[in-house]
Amino acid sequence: MTREELQQLIATQFAGCSFEEGTEWLTVDISADSWKTGAQWLRQHNDLLFDFLFCLTCVDWKTHLTMVYHLTSTTYRHTLVVKCKLNREKPEIETVSDIWRTAEFHEREVYELFGVIFLNHPDLRKLILPDEWEGYPLRKDYEDPINMIKL
Amino acid sequence: MYRETEVLQSVPGTDEMVINVGPQHPSTHGVLHLVLTIDGEKVKKVEPHLGYIHRSIEKMCESLTYRQFIYTTSRMDYLAAHINNHACAMCVEKGLQLKVPQRAQYIRVIMDELTRIASHCLWWGSVAMDCGAVTPFFLAFREREMINTIMEETCGARLTMNYMVPGGVMADIHPNFQRSVKDFIAHFKTKIDEYDELVTGNIIFESRLKKVGMLSKEDAISYGCTGPTARGSGVHCDVRKLYPYEVYDKVQFNEILQTGCDSYARYLVRLAELRESMSIIDQLIDNIPEGDFQAKTKAVLKLPKGEFYSRVETPRGELGVYIVSEGGTTPYRIKFRSPGFSNLSALDHMTRGQKIGDLVAIMGTLDLVIPDIDR
Repeated sequence: MTREELQQLIATQFAGCSFEEGTEWLTVDISADSWKTGAQWLRQHNDLLFDFLFCLTCVDWKTHLTMVYHLTSTTYRHTLVVKCKLNREKPEIETVSDIWRTAEFHEREVYELFGVIFLNHPDLRKLILPDEWEGYPLRKDYEDPINMIKL
Repeated sequence: MYRETEVLQSVPGTDEMVINVGPQHPSTHGVLHLVLTIDGEKVKKVEPHLGYIHRSIEKMCESLTYRQFIYTTSRMDYLAAHINNHACAMCVEKGLQLKVPQRAQYIRVIMDELTRIASHCLWWGSVAMDCGAVTPFFLAFREREMINTIMEETCGARLTMNYMVPGGVMADIHPNFQRSVKDFIAHFKTKIDEYDELVTGNIIFESRLKKVGMLSKEDAISYGCTGPTARGSGVHCDVRKLYPYEVYDKVQFNEILQTGCDSYARYLVRLAELRESMSIIDQLIDNIPEGDFQAKTKAVLKLPKGEFYSRVETPRGELGVYIVSEGGTTPYRIKFRSPGFSNLSALDHMTRGQKIGDLVAIMGTLDLVIPDIDR
């Protein structure tokens, strides 16, 4: 499927989504509410079959957080980047760990480093940091008086 | 991360016990802490606790320039430092739209493949040791030592090479390089048969690995497994074939696929990859073109605003580097998609219902490098 065809098909599922220009892969911005049903659709649709989530991360833009999902299909070899804007004060999004199992670990990592709450995650605990750690180290406003890395 | 748990706990109302394996345990090859729930010898649940050597490389990179940040990545997957550096250099080159000279591309690929051989050798020694054989470890280190000497000659370092820079490689190859590599390949061609003879057909080794740690093709994809771990389950995922970079599209080599889905299949994939790597080096070593080893770049690199993703095939799988640039001299955000992290997430699924002794063998065939997982 060409990029244009892929874009047209994806636009039918996500109402009000926008596509970014000049990116390596097709990049779609969607709202966090439509993510869970959209993810299931992307995984199951016979012409899409996005079965491989190869990168899941978050970016802190100071005004908001953006979740970034890199998806590819092992059948058709097309790639899609999905972005969801989240409120910085109350970042919440549905988990996709039941659709792509690898998301379980990646979401736990994002949870502790960015403070994003993944709703309905089976085991949302800190993975890398100690339990009593305060603050979210990968956020831009994070300050640690002792261990701060600044050059 | 470490939690105050007793060494041995029992789960009330059942025969189950909770025990800690690691963080200091010879079989975990590094500071990995596993909390096992066991019923007798049977493993009910494996819960990895990470973070003992988490250095927050991603945060560090946000305050390092595009020339500097590459050096921190040698400390991620320390058995494949070249390939980590390569991924980062490629991502910066993608942003700058920089063309790498042919000579540098050849050198890079040869270095990558030498690294793969060294890494797989170390893995071969340690997986045999995990299953109770001590000798292979010494044999594997004999070969690995030769590669380290070649690296030392050209890069000046044995483990954290820092040889790849944006635009090419840091220095030209040593005059002896081609001869030393050819000597090594000639030596290794006889030794790899010895590897096969010693371990591959061994009945004890086979029964420790066959039908152990099953990972179906669907699960391998769902868990995001890449590299030999996924190829042992028949997933077509070699980045060198799917998204060829540098001169990988000019050389003949096979992507090794096995459909056994067990630990033994993963063993066979890695062993066959050793031979493929040798063949790639064979094809390139005499044909390194003359010319520059580095493209001309500005002293201060500035990436345009945007997002860049590059990926390479490390001995453990697909390493992705995702740079978000705001147009400055440092990355705004950088994410390393490390192969070990995703492969580790499948460990619990693969180990449930197996014996504790098998857990060690399964971890051995996953080829975990802990700094790569923790970053």
